[in-house]
Amino acid sequence: MHLTKDEERILKGEYGEGTQKAMELLVAIGDAYDAEKMIPVSRAHAASSGQEGDLYFVELLANGGARCKVPTSTNPVYDIEYFHNLFDFIPKDEAEVARRVMEAYKRVGATLSWSCVPYLAENIPLYGETVAFSESSATPYVNSVIGARTNREAAQSALAAGVVGKTPKYGLLVKENRKGTHLVKVQTALKDEFDYTLLGYYVGKQIGYGTPVFTGVTRQPSTEELINFCAMSNVSGAISMFYIPGFTVEAQTVKEAFQGDAPQDKITVTSRELKRACEELQTTSGKIDFVMLGCPHYTLKQVKEVARLLEGKKIHDGVSFWVCTSATTKMLAERTGYVDIIERAGGHVVVDTCIDEPCWIAYKNKVGMTDSPKCAYYRRFKDVIVSRLQDCIEAAIKGK
Amino acid sequence: MKSSETVLKCHKIIGGRGEGEALVSHESICFYLTDPKTGVVREKGHELAGKNLAGKVLVFPSGKASSVVQIDGLFKLASHNVAPKAMIVKDVETVLVVSAFMVKVPLVDRLERDPFEAIQTGDFVKVDAEKGTVTIKRQ
Repeated sequence: MHLTKDEERILKGEYGEGTQKAMELLVAIGDAYDAEKMIPVSRAHAASSGQEGDLYFVELLANGGARCKVPTSTNPVYDIEYFHNLFDFIPKDEAEVARRVMEAYKRVGATLSWSCVPYLAENIPLYGETVAFSESSATPYVNSVIGARTNREAAQSALAAGVVGKTPKYGLLVKENRKGTHLVKVQTALKDEFDYTLLGYYVGKQIGYGTPVFTGVTRQPSTEELINFCAMSNVSGAISMFYIPGFTVEAQTVKEAFQGDAPQDKITVTSRELKRACEELQTTSGKIDFVMLGCPHYTLKQVKEVARLLEGKKIHDGVSFWVCTSATTKMLAERTGYVDIIERAGGHVVVDTCIDEPCWIAYKNKVGMTDSPKCAYYRRFKDVIVSRLQDCIEAAIKGK
Repeated sequence: MKSSETVLKCHKIIGGRGEGEALVSHESICFYLTDPKTGVVREKGHELAGKNLAGKVLVFPSGKASSVVQIDGLFKLASHNVAPKAMIVKDVETVLVVSAFMVKVPLVDRLERDPFEAIQTGDFVKVDAEKGTVTIKRQ
């Protein structure tokens, strides 16, 4: 990869050790892909996780004096104090790792959003911008729904790009690599957010790595439907980009999405595939101990829907009820009165927290219910029933 | 006993040198699905299930799974000193580059011959990413 004189100086360490380490990683990635040069990024999102690998790299950069050059937001870890007061038994060493991770992201000058949907509020790319966004829903959402350009980054490569302000030019940053690979014919009505979750699960599993192009989608999908599709297709598979010509921004026609080429493969999705995907996700039924919503973090519209369904109701005594969201959304939900309604029903709205964190250790041997297959996928809990939001609320009230 | 030695050119991704017994997997690998303390592959149905990655030169097509678990998986192996000594892959991807970078394990691709034809499990393999060579000794 060709480096400018200034980039060479960064690599030699003239801008400090932390920035040097970030550059070393970016150069290795550039070499792996035979990138010809580096290009500027305008923003980044680091999928911080509060795990040991995360800690190692962010401390390496922070201790070496690195500072983010462009806005770099962070993924949820967990609210250590809140959960400690609540449960009192998060393993000390794990809590210490999380605390150090959060402190190091602050030192490195990141935007401490602790949100997995930063592209909605705290760190929003524009059409055509080059960015470095890690996190499963973020990569495909930013590429496909917003039309900015990002590769499927890891937390570390995204943070490195945020520190250096550049990334190697390869992969989805190059127009030719953004063309569709698979034609997906949808032959069923996609009714709601949960249908898009199932669609994401099925398509990701069928394709693995690839860029699906959809036909047969008959109305504009909502923000929440698109978020769910992105999150699931990039967990069951590795979908970093997709097209719904007519509704997503980058290609107006199927032909344009494939850039004139023929699809590598074709897939048909009917109600049968979605039903089967839903069945595959279930591991149990019956009594539940908790309900976990907000993976990915719930939007204000989703928090409002929870409040609407819970208004005047009471959650069953044997069920803990959790809604995970960003601090920004919770602030609005508090002002608007939704949090109050949820809390009066016996639920909790929690910020800065991911469902895949050690803070949930109290539920390790418990049975839960969620609208997010991702929540089930991490296997932090004994068993998880996956269903629509309405079913989750109903079960929370009845206890089963 | 007859032994033969072959030297093949390769492309450096993460620098350094590493040598050891080859362990070949035709399936992609997720480091999270290994025992972090021993390096034994725990993924059910995987062709390496029950085999140990520790100290081996690992030959495999590519990485898989989400970036967080993949990186954390290899990082945990390395912190218990049971990571592979070097990695030879066919299709590289960003997460694998980051994983190898974090634990400083040499990573190379583009062997001048198909690595699955040139290398068998049990061969003694030296990877010199700096020189861009892979030396294969078959006993």
